[in-house]
Amino acid sequence: MLKSPLAGLAVLALVAGIFATSFFTFSNESLLINLMAFLALAQGINLLYGFTGYMPFGYVGFFGTGAYGCALTILFLHWNPIAAVVAGGLSAVVLGVILVPLLRLEGAYFGIASLAAAQAAYEIISNPNLTSITQGPYGINLGAVYAPTTGYWTMLGVLLFTTAIAAYFRISRFGLSLMAIRDNSNSAATAGVNVLRGRLIAWLLSCFIGGLAGGAFAWNISFFYPQSVFALTLSIFPIVFAVFGGVGTVIGPLIGAGLLYGLYDAVGVANPEYFQLLYGLLIVALLLFMPGGLVSLAKKVRIHVF
Amino acid sequence: MDLLVYALVSGVLYGVFFALVGLGLSLIFGVMRVVNVAHGDVIMWGAFSSFWLYTLWHIGPVLALPIIFVSFFVFGCIIYYGIVPRILQAEDPELASLIVFFGVSQVLEAIATIAFGNTQRSLPDSLLGGRPVHLFGQSFPQSWFWTGLISAAAIVLVYLYLSHTRTGYATRAIMSNRQEAASVGVNVSALSALNFGIGIGLAAIPGCFVSFIAGNISPDIGLNLTVISFAVIVVGSLGKPLGAVLGGLVYGVATALMQTYLPSWAALLPNVLLILIMLARPGGLLGSEVRRA
Repeated sequence: MLKSPLAGLAVLALVAGIFATSFFTFSNESLLINLMAFLALAQGINLLYGFTGYMPFGYVGFFGTGAYGCALTILFLHWNPIAAVVAGGLSAVVLGVILVPLLRLEGAYFGIASLAAAQAAYEIISNPNLTSITQGPYGINLGAVYAPTTGYWTMLGVLLFTTAIAAYFRISRFGLSLMAIRDNSNSAATAGVNVLRGRLIAWLLSCFIGGLAGGAFAWNISFFYPQSVFALTLSIFPIVFAVFGGVGTVIGPLIGAGLLYGLYDAVGVANPEYFQLLYGLLIVALLLFMPGGLVSLAKKVRIHVF
Repeated sequence: MDLLVYALVSGVLYGVFFALVGLGLSLIFGVMRVVNVAHGDVIMWGAFSSFWLYTLWHIGPVLALPIIFVSFFVFGCIIYYGIVPRILQAEDPELASLIVFFGVSQVLEAIATIAFGNTQRSLPDSLLGGRPVHLFGQSFPQSWFWTGLISAAAIVLVYLYLSHTRTGYATRAIMSNRQEAASVGVNVSALSALNFGIGIGLAAIPGCFVSFIAGNISPDIGLNLTVISFAVIVVGSLGKPLGAVLGGLVYGVATALMQTYLPSWAALLPNVLLILIMLARPGGLLGSEVRRA
């Protein structure tokens, strides 16, 4: 059963509308940038976990690689920052191509291996031996190209692109075939679905989105250390956001990220350790008692969730 | 040559220690296919328990061992009954356990940060014999030898438990086939709880020595220890928890060689080792035996 593309357009218009008006009415831009980055990350994880079943604990590896890919093309090749954000996305795709063999792993093994891969990417980029290229552990300064307005719209563009891909997955035959692969790859293959192609496309798209978000984030934040763009929280938060909202849908991760990031902004910024505690408990409780996320509540009362 | 000797000796000592680091994880995974990613955080809590036992009551790490093992065993049993049976009912128990224990690891780290702050702490080296040991013309901290010795003793005890007790037989039966073990009358649920407790207790023991091996402890060391533990048990995936011994030795010697010859890239080792071995054995931690369709 395919769904109408109208629902996808409505979600896109809503997201665009909210962030376009907040740009003019809401003064705390860095909060909005962070929120959009988390929404994009949660959606990127949703594309992979919700539609293919691979849980990328090391998703932050693509975010960090994207941030560095973007920054280095600006610093060394003097590219226009918007082009550099795309380059950041592509550098994450390159990392994704290198890591394609990980797709042979299943379930927990994939999660652990992807975490190790993200740590390895961090160790390489922050290595003092590479200071002449990546500035090693000393951080990157993009102050010279800082442009809050275009930066903001670029980040919104990344978020809309991500949401559009998720909507496409939700309404297209391709998305359906992915879910068939997720549920039973053998049966899907028997029914004529190209398993390898489906997984590869979803994986590389998800990498690309992680990298785009990292690149746009790097440009907007303009000064960062390797440990801040490879922070494990950048994997954990979006995973919780996506699972809390409900994976395999378009609006689930958006709602989850919106609600929980708001909570984080209210309590978490001042007391990160209390927030970490709350998060840990939330992950445990969610998986044990509500594995389908918030949207599963709506499904229970037979409301169709896009 | 001297460097090589130093690297090999310290590598073997590290290796025995890291074998113990991986052992509890391997036992829990082997018995109930639960991926305990909070393993490193349990080690961290073991480390802090040992630190506070000494700081508050002057109980040294060796005396602290039985106290710590028993209390973490009890803690493990509580966690087991609270979480694991529910996970085992999930569609994909391994992935579910991974995510749930990820949450547990966050909780453990957060409580440690709240309780102890983010500062690094360490136990004085003199607690495990202050004077360095001279061997093959090199001098090594005496604490490393004690760490290696006690780790080896703990590993031998686990070996005796698995190979010479009725509970150990039953545990190995569950490891090789859960359903068949249940059908011949093994109390799978109670034994799983017991082994989960033992696994958590075993994780806390190396914690007592982390301060001597790594120099200091802080609440955020858990993740690294988890990754190392996985590297160790994946390398040694021989289908038995004692495969962790081989894994530990390979990992220990490799780490010591890296630290001696390529120190700035040493941190990369566990991650790369883990990925490469996993790709070489895509069937999972225990090799092709448990490969799923």
